[in-house]
Amino acid sequence: MNKSSKKTAVPRTPWPTGRYMAAPYLLWSAAFILIPLAMIFYYGLTDKSGAFTLENVLSIGTPQHAKALLIALLLSLVSTLICLLLAYPLAMILARRGISQHSFIVLLFILPMWMNFLLRTLAWQTLLEKTGVINSVLSFLGLPALNIINTPAAIILGMVYNFLPFMVLPLYNALTKIDGNVVNAAHDLGANGVQTFFRVIFPLSLPGVISGITMVFVPALTTFVISNLLGGSKILLIGNVIEQEFTQASNWHLGSGLSIVLMAFILVNMLLTAIFDKNGEGTSL
Amino acid sequence: MKKKMMIRTLGCLLTMSCAAALLTGCSAKTASGENGQVVVYNWGEYIDPETIEMFEEETGIQVVYDEYETNEIMYPKVETGASAYDVICPSDYMISKMIGNNLLAELNFDNMPNAKANIGAQYWEQSQGFDPENKYSVPYCWGTVGILYNKTMVEEPVDSWSILWDEKYTDNILMQDSVRDAFMVALKLNGNSMNSLDEGELAAARDLLIRQKPLVQAYVIDQVRDKMIGGEAALGVIYSGEAIFTQRENADLEYVIPKEGTNVWIDSWVIPKNAPNPENAEKFIDFMCRGDIALKNFEYITYSTPNEAARELIEDEDLKNSQIAFPDLSQYANLETFTYLGEDGDALYNEMWKEVKSN
Repeated sequence: MNKSSKKTAVPRTPWPTGRYMAAPYLLWSAAFILIPLAMIFYYGLTDKSGAFTLENVLSIGTPQHAKALLIALLLSLVSTLICLLLAYPLAMILARRGISQHSFIVLLFILPMWMNFLLRTLAWQTLLEKTGVINSVLSFLGLPALNIINTPAAIILGMVYNFLPFMVLPLYNALTKIDGNVVNAAHDLGANGVQTFFRVIFPLSLPGVISGITMVFVPALTTFVISNLLGGSKILLIGNVIEQEFTQASNWHLGSGLSIVLMAFILVNMLLTAIFDKNGEGTSL
Repeated sequence: MKKKMMIRTLGCLLTMSCAAALLTGCSAKTASGENGQVVVYNWGEYIDPETIEMFEEETGIQVVYDEYETNEIMYPKVETGASAYDVICPSDYMISKMIGNNLLAELNFDNMPNAKANIGAQYWEQSQGFDPENKYSVPYCWGTVGILYNKTMVEEPVDSWSILWDEKYTDNILMQDSVRDAFMVALKLNGNSMNSLDEGELAAARDLLIRQKPLVQAYVIDQVRDKMIGGEAALGVIYSGEAIFTQRENADLEYVIPKEGTNVWIDSWVIPKNAPNPENAEKFIDFMCRGDIALKNFEYITYSTPNEAARELIEDEDLKNSQIAFPDLSQYANLETFTYLGEDGDALYNEMWKEVKSN
């Protein structure tokens, strides 16, 4: 758009315009998003004979399913909060560094993500085990052993470890966008450090906070791998219930029904994001 | 039923064809050997990879190899026809389910002379529990389920499933993370059949498993092996084939078949009805039944072989007469093989298992 307004004499570009460029993505989303989604809804809203039923969705009310959902909500909320508390100071430090320094630190953060997620979670298992690396070091130093493997604490640790980069990056983006002059103005007008942070910096970084929360909360809520590997399959999250319906019980209808419930939770989360993000962007200019 | 299948198949086909069109943009046929290919779907770490190479060299048939962790993961993939496999290696009860649902092809044993000659008569007989006329399956491995314990961590003699409920071993017990195996332990301890469909018996088994849960360190499948070798737990429920391997790695480990009885299982080669290369599949199965090949596989995976020719070839006398690999089953009481419980039976077990896990 800018280009055409600069040089009015230039004829229209010969290659296809944006609408056609989207065709590959449309095909992609049809094959891998829309059709699978439609199948989830089909299975979730039918029973084994193919008749319409709400039973699969409503089964979230059974004690086992409700408990699994509550534990999943609780663990993912806690890990999101921990991620936020860990990531915010880090993002602030990153945002204030010079280019050469911060890109190195960002690289350090992204580097582990180049390795497979499963492998990294398995590595935590080896670290945390009773006879694992951490406990060997602790016992060598004469310190008491750390027994958190197969407990909710280990699952939260796994979630925080795996999803922390997804919190840092949006926060970092939001913080670098804040105009240094705004902060200076706050100081000039007599605000101290704490006031500047809570009245100026934090409100301006809200879009980053909200999208960071979504990026951590959604995968944490739906995970089944972390709870399997670090929880010893003893703690059943809603993701585990769904996974088992598909892989062990061969009940795709119930699995899909519960997925629809989970989707509703994620949609609510995203709706909140959209509302807050709008406000955030409104104030950020 | 029919309708459901149709929609499933259609959906899968649609997704698959879109995927194929997008990703490859051309014909779906991959490179294959000079004599075509055979698509094998087997348990994880359940074959000596060298035998696959030997098969490819000798026959010119390219092997496409894929693995699964449980029967339950394998079944829907075959049922929906989402992926067309030529050879699969399911367990007993799953074979009877597949026969019942008309998913398996009858085998032509004239094309498989090694299978006929080398597999021991007792294993054919045992197979009749799930394949009554020996028409659909060729035994590949068999074994028992028992307790693997670490002699340095367990003082008293281990001979009963009840030790898995001993509070002394809190956080030192590994249980199997699969419905049927977990319930087998509890049902046997209660003196019931492991194929029970009696709601009262199952509820009692469920309550027993719930009582055990605080003592259990973790519910695992293949990881029992590594955790026991590493001394991570004192007791673990394990398949006999893994026991020999773990003993090689850690001499403190011992395997027992509990006195209340256990599961005697067989995993057999089968050919699904929709197999694209059934002739190659028969060649593959027959090759795996050759004495020297079965020996290679036995030495690699250490699961008991039903192949008499292979057992004759074992040089190590200890291994040849190992009570773990080749136990004298007549010594044990209450041995059973899993049977398919039907859809309602499966649902009942799964429901109860969920109650155990979510407790």
